[in-house]
Amino acid sequence: MSIDKDTVKHISKLARISVDEKKISNLSKDLTSIVKFIEKLNELKTDKITPLTSIINASLKSRVDEVKDGEIRDQILENSPEKNKEFFVVPKVIE
Amino acid sequence: MENISELTLSEISNGIKSKEFSSEEVTKSFINNSKKSKKLNAYITECFDEALKSAKDFDKKKDFTGLLSGVPIAVKDLFCTKNVKTTAGSKILHNFIPTYESTVTNNLWTQGAFLLGKLNCDEFAMGSSNETSFFGNVKNPYGEKLVPGGSSGGSASALAANLTPATIGTDTGGSIRQPASFTGTVGLKPTYGKCSRWGIVAFASSLDQAGPMTNNVEDCALLLQAMSSFDPKDSTSINTKVENYTSKLTEKVKGIKIGIPKEYRVDNMPEEIENLWKKGIDFLKDAGAIIKNISLPHTKYALPTYYIVAPAEASSNLARYDGVKYGHRANGDSLNEMYENTRSEGFGDEVKRRILMGTYVLSSGYYDAYYLKAQKVRQLIKSDFDNAFNDIDAILTPSTPNAAFKIGDKSDDPISMYLNDIFTVPVNLSGLPAISVPAGYDKNNLPLGLQLIGKPFDEQTVLNLSLAIEKRANFKKNFKTWWI
Repeated sequence: MSIDKDTVKHISKLARISVDEKKISNLSKDLTSIVKFIEKLNELKTDKITPLTSIINASLKSRVDEVKDGEIRDQILENSPEKNKEFFVVPKVIE
Repeated sequence: MENISELTLSEISNGIKSKEFSSEEVTKSFINNSKKSKKLNAYITECFDEALKSAKDFDKKKDFTGLLSGVPIAVKDLFCTKNVKTTAGSKILHNFIPTYESTVTNNLWTQGAFLLGKLNCDEFAMGSSNETSFFGNVKNPYGEKLVPGGSSGGSASALAANLTPATIGTDTGGSIRQPASFTGTVGLKPTYGKCSRWGIVAFASSLDQAGPMTNNVEDCALLLQAMSSFDPKDSTSINTKVENYTSKLTEKVKGIKIGIPKEYRVDNMPEEIENLWKKGIDFLKDAGAIIKNISLPHTKYALPTYYIVAPAEASSNLARYDGVKYGHRANGDSLNEMYENTRSEGFGDEVKRRILMGTYVLSSGYYDAYYLKAQKVRQLIKSDFDNAFNDIDAILTPSTPNAAFKIGDKSDDPISMYLNDIFTVPVNLSGLPAISVPAGYDKNNLPLGLQLIGKPFDEQTVLNLSLAIEKRANFKKNFKTWWI
């Protein structure tokens, strides 16, 4: 499989990264070489193998659902590039 | 005392406790060295004034109860540090100041250490040469033109050049062990779940693990003890007892069974790596260990598996950088345009490549062919190790297929860069503990490391075997301080 320029445009849209038109062909070349590299896995027959979902031999622990912090709105907003009192500010979404 | 900065972490910690020198003297010594070593570009953020203040406070209070009382430590800039800028080597976090502290760094401060500074690394820990950092590449003390390895390259370089008595890094595919090998230092990736991931900038969550980087094996045991803990805030943290690794540390490894995997003898491997491996086998035989040939048949599929799993997880983890909550933000007329411009400006080329690759393998129609396939092969790779460990206690391999390479040598070809992690990646895929311990030099006098891989949570055996190698290799730092 090769990743052509249209696919690069499609996945960069999905990933929300704008890509300079001039860089698309280089990206297409690099990603194609990586895809060729990972397609080595096709040599293996894996129909009967269970996919590995966790490397720790334990299921995820559940914990008591309790509030342990709170009142940290100012901390959460502290690094925001643009804020207005207690809100994050983003470009207008609704027309 | 003149050369405090040349002492080991254990010697410094003991020296402070026995009042041979003060924390202030220690801290000044490392600050002076760090200030003289700007050419290495090891630091992203220096915290020298604050460190000196902490040292003076310590000397007044003299609380010697911690494992690292009064010791200044610089850490990889991937650990969130409260009120200290944390960049992950990326433009997108160039202005991020966490309001909280990572569990692992917090553990160090609880043991009496304090922060000396934040060390350079590949952007979001994605790289094997420290060349992808937004803050410029780091140089290897072994040569101005050489990379220190990556992604914990600033940590390895700072440690080798005595800018910090010890340091911590993170290892997703070899990011502690490979730079340790390239700089003649010791680096350990603990078992997945041993050290909390809470407060570490995430790359690939099923592979990421923090670990110690030190000048010798004894220090490594000490620092591992200090940093590891069970943490309810990390759902994959495992509740095991924090071991007293230092008191159990011994080079007596008689009867321990060591596996030598034939699949690690790769094509075009330089003869000196092969010779180093043989030397390691002889060292362990001499120490009374039993050597067995083993097979890990799916080894050659580890890198392709890694380059599906890691980018997939990264593309998901890095979706949080949207220019809204923290970090860099670019302008845009619409919300989507703002996201796209922010991420385009904020991420470097390698990070973008991996996000796009990860997005591709997870995208509709390709998930089964790539991601699910990789998860199946990952199972096979892990089973190889499980089977092998029925007959043996640990595995010995080279750490890297080559010594440190030149800056720029591999940066144009992603695949050739990826191949550098050929011996380290299988361990991450399987969640096992592994160490790189310096064992010799190549023909250009560059350090080479040997890797020991252990059973889950058997860091002690890995450390003991490393000590047996360390005692026999008699490795000494061997570089001129060209950067001063």
